[in-house]
Amino acid sequence: MSTHETSTQELGSRAKPAKAARTVRLNVEQASFAYAASAESAPTFTLGATSFQARERELVAILGPNASGKSTLLRLVSGTLAPLSGRVELDGQETSRLDSRTRAQRIAVVHQESPILYAARAGDFVLQGRHPYGRALRLATTEDVAIARNALAQVGAEHLASRTIGELSGGEKQRVILARALAQQPRLVLLDEPTLHLDIGAQVELLERLRQLAEENQYAVVVVTHELALAAEFADQVVLLHHGTCLRVGSPAAVYQRELLEQVFEAPLDVELGPAGRPRVHLRAGRTEDAT
Amino acid sequence: MRPLTLKRLLWTCGALAVVLLACMVLALNLGAVPISVTDLVLNLGRVAIGQSDQLPTEYRLIVFDLRLPRILLGILVGAALSVSGASFQAMLRNPLADPFILGVSSGAAVGSILATLIAPRFTLITPLGAFLGAITTIAAVYFLGRREGELDSTTLLLGGVISASFLSAIVMFLMTALTGRDLRGTVFWLMGDLSTPIQPGLQWIFSVGLLAGIGAIYTTAADLNLLLTGEREAIHLGVDVTRVKLVVYVSASLLTGLAVSASGTIGYVGLLVPHAVRLLFGPDYRLLIPASALCGAIAIVLADTLARTVAAPTELPVGAMTAMAGAPLFIYLLRRGMR
Repeated sequence: MSTHETSTQELGSRAKPAKAARTVRLNVEQASFAYAASAESAPTFTLGATSFQARERELVAILGPNASGKSTLLRLVSGTLAPLSGRVELDGQETSRLDSRTRAQRIAVVHQESPILYAARAGDFVLQGRHPYGRALRLATTEDVAIARNALAQVGAEHLASRTIGELSGGEKQRVILARALAQQPRLVLLDEPTLHLDIGAQVELLERLRQLAEENQYAVVVVTHELALAAEFADQVVLLHHGTCLRVGSPAAVYQRELLEQVFEAPLDVELGPAGRPRVHLRAGRTEDAT
Repeated sequence: MRPLTLKRLLWTCGALAVVLLACMVLALNLGAVPISVTDLVLNLGRVAIGQSDQLPTEYRLIVFDLRLPRILLGILVGAALSVSGASFQAMLRNPLADPFILGVSSGAAVGSILATLIAPRFTLITPLGAFLGAITTIAAVYFLGRREGELDSTTLLLGGVISASFLSAIVMFLMTALTGRDLRGTVFWLMGDLSTPIQPGLQWIFSVGLLAGIGAIYTTAADLNLLLTGEREAIHLGVDVTRVKLVVYVSASLLTGLAVSASGTIGYVGLLVPHAVRLLFGPDYRLLIPASALCGAIAIVLADTLARTVAAPTELPVGAMTAMAGAPLFIYLLRRGMR
């Protein structure tokens, strides 16, 4: 566990000195989980004790290959799973103990784009983000409409409000889904592989937008991803997972070490430090001239 | 942005209620014995001011003893099946879900016939048996439709269609055990028919059950909108999914059970009506549920009027009418979904 502490300190003292003054929003402390078919049988998957913190305006990437425990960690953070040991707190309250309504007012979760059964208009879809604040039929108040409009504006999608979801492109749809999360007015935004169906331009646009939104709205953002390059470019902190074990927590520069990444992602990689102090990762292909 | 307002909700439902009233007048008017509209309005007015004793006898017999109960039964069955279909579509995230296609109606038919066989003197047991049959079937089909822990659209539909055909065979088998029933009785259960009015003592149970069922589902309307985008998403937006599932499955089974115990298995209403309503008013369940109830009532009243008049004096079962319109729509939706 000392690795975690040193890396977090590194981040606080060296990489971004201003961070230390910011309030800690999310505190994950030695949280673990185990899946088992039944109470008696041996667990089929375990997530070992994991610790990290996310401050306001900070973007944390949970990074790892498939089946490394990323989704489990995300579910622990979102409070839909209670940790087997340890704790997950948002502003001092355990996320799994919040009632579903309060939880939805504080934590917004954006999943990989899911198929939408009947074509609702984008505006109505974003208004669904006001669901945890309403009662009974939840007919939209003028305030709800203003918040939804603002959320659409924040993701640059005001012009999409009266289009149906089915007509939107992948990137536009992702923006509308993000706007719904913003309409929840959360303190923590969680994104599960948000770039999966996006082309590279849209991926970069989304992550830049996330950075900017975190800055404007002062919430913490946690992104689950397997995209090494994107996490290096945009994350303040990286939580590296492998086979259910948290290997390293820290700034991208501290976590991105060639041997470590090669072992985790089982691919020949080159890591170099870019001009802004952020690591760059390249796939070292069979021919050596490609590597340099 | 044009969110749903209370004003739009009430105006839409009000307009549909007026259309329903017009359809009722039309249905009272049409039939083997033609009755002029002026006479009808005049006599309805007499009833309204409490002078029903001044009615000519043939009027009382044809309009108030034969046609009106049948129309009221049609309203009940149409509203119940449409709302139940719309709810199944949201819960199963399947646009082709319908109590008839999923076998829930056939399950209700088996339940209700079994109940009648077990305790023929106790009339209340028929709708109760139908409810139990319906809820057992939807539970079974739900588990049949799961693949690797997730609902699979095609497996679910196949499970439903197979259950429906199996349960229909049981209906045929049980009908031979019921004495005093002829071919007509079997057709009643298999195709659906409105010619047998609800027994007088049970009318209030059906009315209360219908309103309670639709009302309970309507309390979850905003949640159903979120469930359409996925269960996980709904949970993250603060929906108590377990509670919603319980309320909706129980209520939708109750509605199907009531409809089937009164009219047999009328097919495709729960598919046709909610889709037509979506085309007209959009997919928002807060409007879709009351509008489906009203449009379902309109659809069945019209379909039954057609069934009574198209080959008069012979009457067709109303289920034949709905199947003729519903089956092609099912094919169309299926093809569209495959693309």
